[in-house]
This record gives sequence, structure tokens and C-alpha cells, in this order.
Amino acid sequence: MVVAIIVAFVGALTAPWLHRWLGHAAGWVLALLPLGLAFYFASLLPEVVGGQTLRHSLAWVPSLGVNFSFYLDGLSLLFALLITGIGTFIVIYSGGYLKGHPDLGRFYLVILLFMASMLGLVLADNIVTLFVMWELTSLTSYLLIGFHHSEFRSRRAATQALLVTAGGGLALLAGLILLALMGGSLEISELLGQGQLLREHPLYLPALILVLLGAFTKSAQFPFHFWLPNAMEAPTPVSAYLHSATMVKAGVYLLARLQPALGGSEVWSSTLMLFGLATLLTGATLTFRHTDLKRLLAYSTVAALGALVFLIGLVPLTDYYAAMGFATFLLAHSLYKGGLFMAAGAVDHEAGTRDITQLGGLFRVMPLTGVAVVLAGLSLAGLPPVLGFIGKEVLYVAALQAAPAWVVGLAVLGFAVGAMLALLLVVPFFRGQPPQKVHEGPPSLWLGPLVLAGLGLLLGLFPGLYNPLADAVASAVKGKTVAYHLKLWPGFNLALLLSLLTVLLGVGFYFLYPRLQAWMAQEPIPGPENAYVALLRGLMRLAAGVERLLQSGSLRAYLAWIFAGLVGLVGLALFRGGALFWPAGASSPRLEQVLLLALMFLGAIGALRLRSHLAMVVVLGLVGAGVALVFLLQNAPDLSITQFLVETLTAILIALVLLQIRSIGPVPRGRWLDKGLALGLGGVVTLLMLGMLAQPFEPHLSQFFAQKSLPEGFGRNIVNVILVDFRGLDTFGEITVVGLAGLGVWALLKRRRREEQP
Amino acid sequence: MNTLILKTTSRFLFTLLLLLSVFLLLRGHNEPGGGFIGALVAVGAYALFALAHGVSAARKLLPLPPLRLVGWGLLVALLSALPALLLGRPLMTGQWFSLLGVKLGTPILFDIGVYLTVFGALLSAIFGLEEAAHHPSEDA
Repeated sequence: MVVAIIVAFVGALTAPWLHRWLGHAAGWVLALLPLGLAFYFASLLPEVVGGQTLRHSLAWVPSLGVNFSFYLDGLSLLFALLITGIGTFIVIYSGGYLKGHPDLGRFYLVILLFMASMLGLVLADNIVTLFVMWELTSLTSYLLIGFHHSEFRSRRAATQALLVTAGGGLALLAGLILLALMGGSLEISELLGQGQLLREHPLYLPALILVLLGAFTKSAQFPFHFWLPNAMEAPTPVSAYLHSATMVKAGVYLLARLQPALGGSEVWSSTLMLFGLATLLTGATLTFRHTDLKRLLAYSTVAALGALVFLIGLVPLTDYYAAMGFATFLLAHSLYKGGLFMAAGAVDHEAGTRDITQLGGLFRVMPLTGVAVVLAGLSLAGLPPVLGFIGKEVLYVAALQAAPAWVVGLAVLGFAVGAMLALLLVVPFFRGQPPQKVHEGPPSLWLGPLVLAGLGLLLGLFPGLYNPLADAVASAVKGKTVAYHLKLWPGFNLALLLSLLTVLLGVGFYFLYPRLQAWMAQEPIPGPENAYVALLRGLMRLAAGVERLLQSGSLRAYLAWIFAGLVGLVGLALFRGGALFWPAGASSPRLEQVLLLALMFLGAIGALRLRSHLAMVVVLGLVGAGVALVFLLQNAPDLSITQFLVETLTAILIALVLLQIRSIGPVPRGRWLDKGLALGLGGVVTLLMLGMLAQPFEPHLSQFFAQKSLPEGFGRNIVNVILVDFRGLDTFGEITVVGLAGLGVWALLKRRRREEQP
Repeated sequence: MNTLILKTTSRFLFTLLLLLSVFLLLRGHNEPGGGFIGALVAVGAYALFALAHGVSAARKLLPLPPLRLVGWGLLVALLSALPALLLGRPLMTGQWFSLLGVKLGTPILFDIGVYLTVFGALLSAIFGLEEAAHHPSEDA
């Protein structure tokens, strides 16, 4: 399992290279990666269905309990199969959809990296691994939404999705850490057994809120749903894969995964049901505003995600219907929504528009896509004989069992909008005239939708095929073994009546749609997105204010801020800490020391009095050279050499800089503020030194280095051994900074020269 | 700068300073010196030569552009940290061996990396500034 994830990541990295080598056929070849992984996971089906769970671990930071550990049960297996199975068709589809795009190689790379991260996410057992993978999916999603990066709308949508999901990710991290502290383990499989302890812990509520924030932002739950429809700026394969079938379900996955640990409390069920229902209704209502195929599908995805969260909330309240409904509806939705998105993209690709009011008569020219849309549409509408019907039936049974009647009524309304959408999608294939010169796309464009929709039909007709895995999924969500018999025809019951009502309402909505659409699309509806925009604008304004204050562009101002901060903070610390001392028992100075001090003092006074910058540099050199001589007198030749050299080179550098800015003129008189600051800085540093001298000398470190330098570092020069051996990592960091500074100077000079000579 | 004395002496001083710099680098592990100090001396040598003969003449005396040296320096320092990993010791553990009676080890390689990085970065700045000084701009 660890190997599978590594293969996925490494395989992704070969994508650009394979693409360059294979050209147009690359999509088909690259699809072998997810296909192979899908077969691998399918081969694990018997074990998992038989009730086993697999666990593999690779040590990462074992001392902190952080491991690359992975855990496979029914829930993670279903997700793994979805990710790799749908991923196969998405990769093939991308090859056709983005044929000839100059950045296609990069696209393959990122979408396969996403696949690998998503696999890691659903298989992760360690919460640190889970979080890393979680953030990786957010990042790859950002890159994919912004794939058309030259367009402002793409960039804005990508940033929005990233800020919302990564912001939630931070909350999630905090929540997961709280859970780990409460349960005493970083492994989810161990936390799952401690539900009782977790729920009764005083930190349960804060942890729950944080985890929910993470899950709700990722899975586009109200009030964070707005980023998902905007993410439709992404190329269609991305919308089909990330933003309907897999990534947006990560939040749902996490909630389902933690259900046995966190579920069972009043607040869990009521919160999930409330937000799930609100999301379902928000998605359903906003559907009416749009005529763009992808937007319509996006709002329907929002609604479906709401339904899934609602179901997870129901799980502890019902015996097994909710868990089973979750298992079935999740698969059904991924199949039909992935298929519909790809079909919508194919229509857009061939007909040049995604506006359902402009499309018509497509079945005659695109029969294969048409069959796929009809089958997927049946699933979306929840009609027999497809899997979507079964999923919705079980959902209704679960809702009737445990939810109040008005909640069930609202859910029916939400699903009726789905039925309406199915009609909206199917009708353009049959009514009206086909546009000129539209024809079926290449196999890469219709294969995916057809197979996914066909699977929905197959599993609908023979639910027994899915039943064992569905039981395993439901058991994982429920936290105990579930065995339920999935049937296409459950007989006449209240749920069937509700299904009938849903479809009738959907047809009614369909006839109301044109008028409602025209009315609702008129005005922008204020929503949580306005809060997001306002927040972002406020942040920008704050940043601009801080920048005006601190980044004025004047070097003098920067130095003044830094020095003033230093004086203030160090001075405060010295004052508060009571570290103001006069060293006791200092020996009287020797003659050469007094002479040196006098020289340095003269240099300092000269720097204050002189009016030429260049002369100032030279005079300050006296101070530096004096310090170097002091080092020499104190038997520190290394320090002394370094000080001399640095002094020299600094003088050269400053002189060169001064040559550049000839307009600087002589130093003006006065400047009492600057002089005061300089005096303050010198004074504070002096006090600091005196304070340090007053501390008792702690010889441990010096003795350690003196003793170990020769036997362990093989060097007699302790300073050098410390630099290159004992503290080598620090030195490496320092030379990296030096190198970067050199690069920075080079870039600044280069830019300036280009500005002068365009 | 156009003085005969500087031009003539800078040639000798340049060679001497470079020799001194390598000497300081290599003896640094046991006597005062080391990569950082050696690099500063070398920068001084090149800065002096550039003052006397111009930056382009000084650049010709470099095997690689200064910023490339920075890259190589960081790479060498990084590589010196790896052998320990391969031998199953913590990263950067010094590895020593003896070649013809001379003791060599990864810390020396690391010090050479420090030398190259500091040398390249500082020299790049000095050369860049000096070149810019010949195209001074009146603003700023």
C-alpha cells in the first residue's frame, strides 16, 4: 500500500516527460498508472470485504509518533477505487479535451500528483500524514483551477478556493492535534476505539468545531459553498474529477472516517444534519439562477455534498440505513456526476457552448454522449433502474426513521431540484435542431462518461455486485458490522412514495424553471461570498497601511525602525529583568587598551562631526580596526582576522554604493533625532554587555568544545571545528543566506540597469 | 583608477593574496583561518585587482561567473553532508580518511563550500556595484 502511493507520486513526476515523448497518445498511456492502481486496489477487495483491515507503516519521525502509516478498510477502499477508477478515464479524457494545449504536460503532472495526494489522504492513518496529503490536494486543486493562468477569473477562482480550503485546513490541523492530545495517539485507527473518552473530554467541543471547519470548507458546505461553483473556471476534466467526484468529498470522507470516534453526541448529529440540509437547499435554490451546464452541475454537487453530510449526521440515530445510504449515494453520485461533467465538457468541446438554452437536437449527432447523459440523468433524478435510485431510497428510509417530518420534506424539495436538473440536461439532446457541423468527439471524450454511466446502470440492475463492499463501507462509518440487503425494488413503502413525489415535483420545477431562472438571475444575491470579499479587501487595506508605515522605501526609515525597536525592546527587557549591573572587580585597564579605546573614541566622534559620507566611512574604519586589535590583544586571532577583513570589504562596498548615489550631498547639520537614536542604541548595547558580564560564566559549552574539538572533530582550531563540524548545519543555513543575498544584490543591480537602458 | 603604482603592485598583491587565501582555507582546521576568512581575503584580492585594472579584466581571471560559484559552493557543502547518511550516521557527521599521510574529511569539503559561496556572493556584489558605478544614474 505504501508502495502504491509512492508509485503514484513517482508516476506523476514522469508525466511531462512521457507527454513530450509520446505526444497525443500520452493520455492513453498515462491512464495505465491509475488503471494499474485501480486493479491493485480491486485485488484487495476480497480481504476487505471479508472484514479485514490492512495497515502498513513507514517510520517518518518515530520519536514524535509521526509515521507514514496507511490503513485500508471498506471506506478507504471505496474512495481509493473511485480515485483510481475515475482517474483512469479522466486522464484519457484530458488527452482529448486539452489536445494540443501547450501546457498539457504540466496538466498531466498536476492532475496525477493530485490523484496521488488524494489516495494518500483517504488511506492515511496517521493524522500528520493525513494533513499533509489534505493540504497537497488543496495545492494541486489551486494549480488546476488556475490552469488558464493568463485569465483573471481563473486566478481569482483558484485563489478563492485555496484561501477557503487552506484556511479550513489550518482549523483542521488544530482540531486533529486536539484529538491526538485527547486520545493519546496520532493514529486514527487507535482514536476510533476511544469514542467514549473523546466525547466526554472537556475539549470535545472545540476539537469538533475545528474539525468541522476543515471538513465543511473542503466539502463546500454552507456557508463556505461559494468557492465550488467559482472553481468551474478550471478545465472540465478537473471539474469532473476534483470538484465533483473526489476532492470535494475529502471533507465528507473525514467526517465519515471520524464518525465512530466523534459521532454519537447530540451536537454532532444536529450540527451535521443542520448544515447538510442547509447546503442541500442552498445548492438546490441557486441552481435556478444558471443556464451554464457546468455551473448547474456545480450547484447540484453542492446539494449532493450537503446530502452526504446530512446522512453522516443521521448515522448514529438510525440502525444502519443512514450508513448504507451513505455508502450507496456516495458511489452513485461520483459515477453520475463525473460522467455528466465529462459529457458536458464533450458537448462544450464539440458544440462550442455550455448554455442549455442554446443547445438542441444533440442526440442525433452525439449518440454515445447522449446515452451516457440519459443514464447518468436517470441516476441524478433518482429513477429506477440505476444506482442513484437505490441510494436515494435508502436515504429516504433513513431520514424517515430518525429525522422530523419537516426535514424530510425539505430534503424531498432539494432532491426534486436534482430531478429537474436531470430533465434540463437530457432534453437538449432530443428537442430542437442540432447546431451545424457538430459531431461526436473522439473516443477519449465519450468513453469515460459512457463507462461511468454504464456502471451506474449495471450496479442498479445487480446491486448484489456492490452489496459486499457497501456493507464494508457502512461498517466503517457506523463503527460496527453492518449487513444489509440492497435491492432495486424494495416494494411499496413510504420512501417509494417520496421518490414519486420527488420526480413529480422535479417535473413541476422543470416547467417553472424558465421563468424562475429569468427572475433569479436578475440581481446578484448577497451571500457568504460577500463576507469573503469584504474580509479579503480589509486584509489588503490593512497590509497597505502597514506597508505605508514600514516600507516607505527609505533606507534611513528602515534602519530607524529597526534601531528604535531594538532600543525599545532590549531596553525594556533589561529594565524589567533588573539586569542593570556595574561589573564588580574589573581589573584596571592596561596602557595599550587605553590607547586603543582613545583611537576608537576619536573615530566615533569624527563620524559625528564630519559632513562627507566617504570620510565618515574611513573614520568609522578606525572603530572597526580598533575592535579587531582588541580581539588580537585578547588572544582571539580568528575573530581579529575576520573583523579586519570584514571592515575592509565593508569600506569598499560602502564606497562603491556611495559612488552610485552622488546626489546624496553632504550630511546635513543637526539631525538630533538620528543622533539620539544612535546614542540610545550604543547605550543599550553597552548595558547589555555589562549585564552579560555580570552573569556567572557558564563554562560547560566552552569546555565541551575545547575537549572534543581534537578527538572528535580532528582539528585544533576550535572556532573552525565549531563552524564546519559541531555547528555545521547552522553554517550551512548562514552560507545559504549569504548566497541568496548575493543573488538579491545581483537582481537589484540588473533590474536597475534594465530600467536605465530599455 | 589610473595610477601606475597601483596597477603594478596589484598584480603581485593579487597573486600573493590568493595564495594566502588558499593557505588560510586549508590550514583553518588547526590554525587560525578557515573557509570564511579565506574567502574574504580572496575577495579582497579580486576587489583590488578590479580597482586597478577594471572589472572586466578581473572577471577574466575567474573560472566561473561569481553567482555560479555560489551555486557550486552550496552544492559542495550539501554534498559534504551526505556521506554520513549513506553510512547510516546522522546527517553531517564528519567522515575522515587518510590519503598518502594527509588527513582528509568531509568537514574540509564543507569548508570549501563555505569558501566558494562567500567568495561568489561578495564578489558578485562588488563587481556589480563597481560596474554600475561606471554607468551612474543621477536619480536615487
